[in-house]
Amino acid sequence: MIFPTPVSDFQPRWYRRRPSTFWFVERRSYQLFVLRELSSVFVAWFVVFLLLLVRAIGAGPAAFAAFVAWSGQPWMLVLNVVALLFVVLHAVTWFALAPDAMVLKARGRRVPRHQIIAAHYAVWAVASVLLAWLVVA
Amino acid sequence: MRRQAPEPFLWLLFSSGGLVAAFLIPILLLLFGLAIPLGVVTVDYEHLRAVVGNPLTRLVLFGVCVLCLFHWAHRFRYTVYDGLQVKSRLIIVICYGGAIVGTVLAGYVLFGL
Repeated sequence: MIFPTPVSDFQPRWYRRRPSTFWFVERRSYQLFVLRELSSVFVAWFVVFLLLLVRAIGAGPAAFAAFVAWSGQPWMLVLNVVALLFVVLHAVTWFALAPDAMVLKARGRRVPRHQIIAAHYAVWAVASVLLAWLVVA
Repeated sequence: MRRQAPEPFLWLLFSSGGLVAAFLIPILLLLFGLAIPLGVVTVDYEHLRAVVGNPLTRLVLFGVCVLCLFHWAHRFRYTVYDGLQVKSRLIIVICYGGAIVGTVLAGYVLFGL
């Protein structure tokens, strides 16, 4: 009962045909929608990967070296390339929708869409550089 | 009377998780998933240990993990609900239950609870 339809004895039920299970293969925009939604699976994978990494770092230099060697196996590299593509798809589509989610006003006027999107890309760039510096420095 | 739905709160977690994931995951995945295993970038173990050993880092990582997990739970729930049209309550339990289990595991790994 996630979207309860208001049905009583005196109200007609909606007639809804159940679409095919694979309704989303019909159009490119539907395919992109489902791929975008599936990005969440790779966000969850990243949490698992991050926790394994933190555990390895905490366990000592040998454990960390073993983790890096494990991450360097072909199947892990392929998995992480796919995960990276999905996460970038998530980021790009997220930023594109940001102006619809946040209505900002400055001096009584609505901040234009492209400025909100540009601000997100700027924060993304700064955060990436800072994190890279924190890891590598 | 229907009781107040938890939907707005879950949506807030989904939305903050989505923002955090978009800003932080790509660079971390690029570094630890590709650049470091391939030897393109070299890291100093003692430096990493010091960064991860900092309580503030652990707190931030815990927040990132929790928000990302609930982002996954909420989005995946509706991917299955709308995409595959599985209208079962079980998927709700699996998604948010999974996020709660993940939160406990993250706390265990990060703070050794």
